[in-house]
Amino acid sequence: MDLNQLTQRDETCWEIPPHGKMRVPAVIYADAPLLQDMDQKVFEQLSNVATLPGIVEAAYAMPDAHWGYGFPIGGVAAFDPEQGGVISAGGVGFDISCGVRTIHTGLTIADIQPQKPQLAEALFRYIPAGLGSTGRLHLNHHDMHAMLHGGAQWAVEQGFGVAEDLERIEEHGRMAGAEARNVSARAKERQKDEMGTLGSGNHYLEVQRVAEIFAPEIADVFGLKTDAIVISTHCGSRGLGHQIGTEFLKQMALTAPRYNISLPDRELACAPLDSPLGKEYLGAMRAGINCALANRQILTHLTRQAVATIFPDLNMPLLYDVSHNTCKLERHTINGQAKDLFIHRKGATRAFGPGHPSLPEVFRQVGQPVLIGGSMGTSSYILCGSAASEQRAFSSACHGAGRAMSRHQASKHWQGKTLVEQLASQGIIIRSRSMRGVAEEAPKAYKDVGAVVDLADRAGLARKVARLEPLICIKG
Amino acid sequence: MPWEHFEHAADIGIRGIDATLSQAFAQAAIAMTAVITDPGRVAATHSFAIHCSAEDNEILFLDWINELVYAMAVHKLLFNHYQVDIIENRLSAVAFGEPLDRQKHQPAVEIKGATFTELFVGQRPDGLWIAQCIVDV
Repeated sequence: MDLNQLTQRDETCWEIPPHGKMRVPAVIYADAPLLQDMDQKVFEQLSNVATLPGIVEAAYAMPDAHWGYGFPIGGVAAFDPEQGGVISAGGVGFDISCGVRTIHTGLTIADIQPQKPQLAEALFRYIPAGLGSTGRLHLNHHDMHAMLHGGAQWAVEQGFGVAEDLERIEEHGRMAGAEARNVSARAKERQKDEMGTLGSGNHYLEVQRVAEIFAPEIADVFGLKTDAIVISTHCGSRGLGHQIGTEFLKQMALTAPRYNISLPDRELACAPLDSPLGKEYLGAMRAGINCALANRQILTHLTRQAVATIFPDLNMPLLYDVSHNTCKLERHTINGQAKDLFIHRKGATRAFGPGHPSLPEVFRQVGQPVLIGGSMGTSSYILCGSAASEQRAFSSACHGAGRAMSRHQASKHWQGKTLVEQLASQGIIIRSRSMRGVAEEAPKAYKDVGAVVDLADRAGLARKVARLEPLICIKG
Repeated sequence: MPWEHFEHAADIGIRGIDATLSQAFAQAAIAMTAVITDPGRVAATHSFAIHCSAEDNEILFLDWINELVYAMAVHKLLFNHYQVDIIENRLSAVAFGEPLDRQKHQPAVEIKGATFTELFVGQRPDGLWIAQCIVDV
């Protein structure tokens, strides 16, 4: 990105002043090196987001921002329903509520080191991963509706996990306001065999060692100690979410003129929050969130079963589950006044600070865990929401590193088999059914997640708590 | 080759280039298969009919690719070639392929949907038709 187009607000914050049809400025949290590596498309897309009706304060980009669809990935925007605000299928994306959850194991590196290959094998056997994989659960119409309204709460009722898990999931495991009837028969058809599956692309399950602690007092609250083993899963709402995205994106793009919305890019497809289409999408999208929460809950159960084949009788409590790719109604303070706003986070994580009423009691003193995924060979990070984040970007933080290289380039640069061997020599076991899939997800095809996380910390978006190193990765 | 991939930071572009609109659509669909697996690994033992219509050629292309994504996902199929007929924004096609075999096809990635990004259907100055868009993977 060309820095000359930006005004620097402070060390970590840059502004695109309003130009053209922008209603508000656009703000990017980054430093000069991160900005220089950022696609020029982020500038264009974020400026476009700032033209949408009812946008509040600014369109924001997180330090991992990159070229997305309509919204940049790493884009955050709030819309006021009282000011003609919109809800955008493009601003949520195709993988509704894709997110990360992390589970404690109670094990240490010393416990698992001798058993690593067996553990990798067990996880690979238990976790359905990659294109064409199906879950063991096949939902009929009634169960599908119950799942779409119940989310992880439904999954726990079906025996996947324990009630204590629900406390450690955003929305306590169930997104209210879901409308299963707004989800098409096709979307349900696409999902009926996919519950409890990981998916493909950048989705994974990873066994990780806590390698470094940055904030011991918060790590204590999160239950993290150096050399402890945790397991993180990155996946989303699978075929159901993809189909909801596909259908509503087209419908919103085609009907925008009817609502007098001028779309600078059809991927910004949106509808007024108070319109029938806006409300219909909101209900369907919330059902998509529940699908993702249920999916990650079932995967958690399978993970526990897999680990139990090697380490029986472990207690494996959930640390937390966070979603990206959502639009949520939240109360935020604008110019000293509390307002109910619809916050789009496209490839961004919620990062509520200390004292937020929606947080479970255990985290309320310190803030929400923010789980930042790595990419097979690179570190992942756990951060904590900060009080400053509310003023910086409606309590939002980054979600990962962001791609530095296209899939096409990556598959030309690396061979999957060689990568798997190289990572094995570093003590990281990769299990995948597709070597081309591994090549496309090569760790160096992503930006430096450490630099992104440092910036998020310096910018006050979230506070660094711990760094995790990968030991086993089941690739989707 | 009458189909190709093109660059996108996170995902991948599919493009068909051929003498007619219908053939460009068919070639772009092979490019889509090639995102998932080598089309040469797929045999044509099954056929699958697809029909759609739309207000313009670009939306029709989006619908065509999304119909294929849906058919592949629900019926667990992979396609290696396509017979496409387009008359006045109405598409009738047959996709030829076989059931997905994870050992044989080694699928790299699943396609979530076709997007409006880089969506273009039109004729080049040399008369060849292009049909393209980015697919989200």
